[in-house]
Amino acid sequence: MIMWRNRELDEIIEGFSKAIQLIVSGDSTVLDITLRSLYVSGAAVLIATLWGIPIAMLLGLKNFRGKLFIKGLFNALIGIPTVGLGLILYLLIHRTGVLGFLHLLYTPTAIIIGEAVLVTPIVVSFSANAMESVSPEIQDLAKTLGATEDQYFFAVFREAFDGILLATVSSFNRAVAELGVAQMVGGNISGFTSVLTTTIANETAKGNVSLSISLAIILFLIVFGISLAVNLIQRRRK
Amino acid sequence: MLAELRNVSKTYNDAVALDNVNLEISEGEIFALLGPSGSGKTTLLRILALIEKPSSGQVYFNGTKVTEKNIQELRMQTTMVFQKTTVFNTTVYNNVAYGLKLRKIPENTIKKQVSDFLDLVGLRSFEKRYANRLSGGEQQRVALARALVLHTKLVLLDEPTANLDPRNAAIVEDVIGKANRELGTTFVVATHNIFQAKSLPQRIALLRNGRIEQSGTAVEVFSSLSRTLTSFAAVENTFIGEAKPSDEGTTVVEIESGIQIETTSQVQGKAQVFIDPREVIVSKKLFASSARNILKGRIVEIVDTGNVVKVKVDVKGKLFTVQITRRSLVDLKLQVGSDVFLTFKASSVQAI
Repeated sequence: MIMWRNRELDEIIEGFSKAIQLIVSGDSTVLDITLRSLYVSGAAVLIATLWGIPIAMLLGLKNFRGKLFIKGLFNALIGIPTVGLGLILYLLIHRTGVLGFLHLLYTPTAIIIGEAVLVTPIVVSFSANAMESVSPEIQDLAKTLGATEDQYFFAVFREAFDGILLATVSSFNRAVAELGVAQMVGGNISGFTSVLTTTIANETAKGNVSLSISLAIILFLIVFGISLAVNLIQRRRK
Repeated sequence: MLAELRNVSKTYNDAVALDNVNLEISEGEIFALLGPSGSGKTTLLRILALIEKPSSGQVYFNGTKVTEKNIQELRMQTTMVFQKTTVFNTTVYNNVAYGLKLRKIPENTIKKQVSDFLDLVGLRSFEKRYANRLSGGEQQRVALARALVLHTKLVLLDEPTANLDPRNAAIVEDVIGKANRELGTTFVVATHNIFQAKSLPQRIALLRNGRIEQSGTAVEVFSSLSRTLTSFAAVENTFIGEAKPSDEGTTVVEIESGIQIETTSQVQGKAQVFIDPREVIVSKKLFASSARNILKGRIVEIVDTGNVVKVKVDVKGKLFTVQITRRSLVDLKLQVGSDVFLTFKASSVQAI
């Protein structure tokens, strides 16, 4: 038992050592997977922001019937299980599915769309809350200084910018760290749809711990690095 | 006539905020709306600022009836400074420049104008500082500069000095007077401060329950309205007493509990006196001064209202309010139960 534990520990230490070597030497596989992850998650967040912010503005700044229900729905969808969403998307874009004719299954585009859907509730809920928390006097202030309706919406958007930035960063972190959607609709095809999380899961299963550890370190660095950078920017603004 | 309200009413759900108000604002004047909280002052200002629509009645600006079509264009000629100071989460420069940028003024002119108006409110070196990091008084001065820099014909001020410390309040009042004299800006000032209403404006309207009960020049309103004035304005240090002329040409008003207050106002018989809380000096020891009124009392309450502190002093069963800075409170080590002297000049006492 003790022998086994020592062997396991040795493997992990060796894995760490190799992982550092892989990162430092700029290993092409590690670089390829990392860049694909950044591209896929970045594109997903961009799409989610493009359609999510207008919805958030509507929910944050306008009053209409059913607003509370829609807000509640987006709040609830924040916690959607990624494997569940991955399965739904798989069934939709599978060649026999409703959107099968688009031939999206096991492509980076499928992962982008899936992750965009996954993080949209985060963008909408966080941004709507940020806009709602802007003092209502800001709208009146902008108006009395001569702003048109578009201009005072923009003024509110600017005041809520920190909250919207937080929403975007949280969305990116969720997208880059999720496994279910990328695995189900991407298929982890090496050199084509493999991303950080899917490769970590699959390589660990295959016993290639050093590659997994190096990718996990990169994943942590990305998530913490971006959060830290945003934190610093916000602190400087304040 | 610069602005005019004709039969303007405003209701929120079932609550009546304004009830058939008729009002004319002449170009170049300072007009005060005096009334207690909830009397409709802010609603009236918001309607004049064209950011609130009346439920009924008409608003005229420069002789033009305000309609959906021209409201945006006319709104450019009026601006409002709110009671709750609001600043954009950016630098002082960007705050003051905001309205000028909307008007597409060239950048060089904006720079010069922002600099000039920050100078006017005594904040020249503040351009690069973040507005939300400034004190309440400084933020209010930024708000005033941001409004005045637009050179609008009409500026609406909602309780511009409420909760400001005496220094900032004096600066704001000075700037209002200067802008009125030198730029010809027309001001409508909403206030519940009877002393501000008496000293600053040329005309006053008394507002109660959404109706204008009386309007006229400061002298007319303060002399003819007599006792009803006190019911309009939520004024501290208001007492009723019997006024008699003194040998020195002043008036001595004996209020209940045997307290005598000397005033330079000339009244006789039953009178009401007002003492501005900012004009009363509070001290722990008696000191020699030219002030005619010295009262001894005990502190019963200390209310921290942000930039200023209100100290309530019991003098023979009558409650006097004194407004001081937080620093004075700390320096004098004042606390509830402290015995203090209140000193104020006869000219600081208004009597009607």
